[in-house]
Amino acid sequence: MTRWLGWLAALGLLAGLAMGFGYAPKDAVQGNVQRIMYVHVPSILTAYAAFGLVLVASLGYLFTRRAGWDRLAHAAGEIGVVFTGLTLVSGSIWGKPTWGTWWTWDARLTSTAILFLVYVGYLLLRGMVEDLERGARYAAVVGILGAVNIPIVHFSVLWWRTLHQPPTILTPEKAPISSAIALALMVNWIAFTLLFAYFLGKRLALRRLEEEIRA
Amino acid sequence: MNRRGKFLLGGGVIVAALAYMIYAGVSQSVVYFVTPSELRAQPVAGKAYRLGGMVQPGSLKWEPRSLDLSFTLSDGKAAVPVRHKGTPPDLFAEGRGAVVEGTWTSDGYFKASLIMAKHSEEYKAPQGAESQAGYKELLRTLKGQPGNP
Repeated sequence: MTRWLGWLAALGLLAGLAMGFGYAPKDAVQGNVQRIMYVHVPSILTAYAAFGLVLVASLGYLFTRRAGWDRLAHAAGEIGVVFTGLTLVSGSIWGKPTWGTWWTWDARLTSTAILFLVYVGYLLLRGMVEDLERGARYAAVVGILGAVNIPIVHFSVLWWRTLHQPPTILTPEKAPISSAIALALMVNWIAFTLLFAYFLGKRLALRRLEEEIRA
Repeated sequence: MNRRGKFLLGGGVIVAALAYMIYAGVSQSVVYFVTPSELRAQPVAGKAYRLGGMVQPGSLKWEPRSLDLSFTLSDGKAAVPVRHKGTPPDLFAEGRGAVVEGTWTSDGYFKASLIMAKHSEEYKAPQGAESQAGYKELLRTLKGQPGNP
């Protein structure tokens, strides 16, 4: 199962690469720099999904106290941090040529940095508590509270004045985006989601092995 | 109400309070940039601002030799003249949004230390033949026309 997910993700990423560089035209205003979007946007959307899963799994753990939920939350949290990091780095590389700065403290960038730090803290907390059961409980609480930040990150560009542009996708209004660019973005989004599922499967297997060794 | 229900209710209240506190706190304290109207309303000389607005068409002047850049930022109601020394980012142009960091001077202009181009959420392919557009762009660059420094 996990192996198949891996092959599907690899195939999807190849297709996404071909779509992003071959099929989709360069942007009229930004030129080729715009293609960074095909990594940047799927990364944050995957991070949203990962932290959403942390929320669900944390609730599941608090209610059932089954270790499976805790494993799921842990794995999703780790992968979410990776994809948030990828978002910050790719955004920064895009920001320098387009905006003229690597970083600025506007609401979107700041809230994304906080999102990253909260879940880094979430992972640290897991490592810090000796008692595994208690650690899982604390982590579940942070995993639930941390999810408050997800809509704040996404809607920050609508709620406050920012340098970052408003969202093009996942908005109530019709997206001002050409269909070829939107299609390339969609393919990459699916590929990133498959990659996330693959990582998740691998991480869960690894966690089970860790537990076997410890037992 | 059972224990689980109380837990849910309490948790919901905490999450809602947290969300509201972040939202309200950020709304009040984080004004990322001021508009030309707001700056004009109470300008303080020597104070650091971030100013955001539209680069007024026809106002952009750039001297490649001395790197002197000047333009007017407008929000439709008020306009503020801006001066800067340096090269603007690629997307910076007349009729587009920009955010600048710097100070208001007593001489009646905004002295910018950093120019940032604001980008719209629109993504589309170049209109017409791509090579022709590139050629026109090159010609404009060679002439050093304002609007495409």
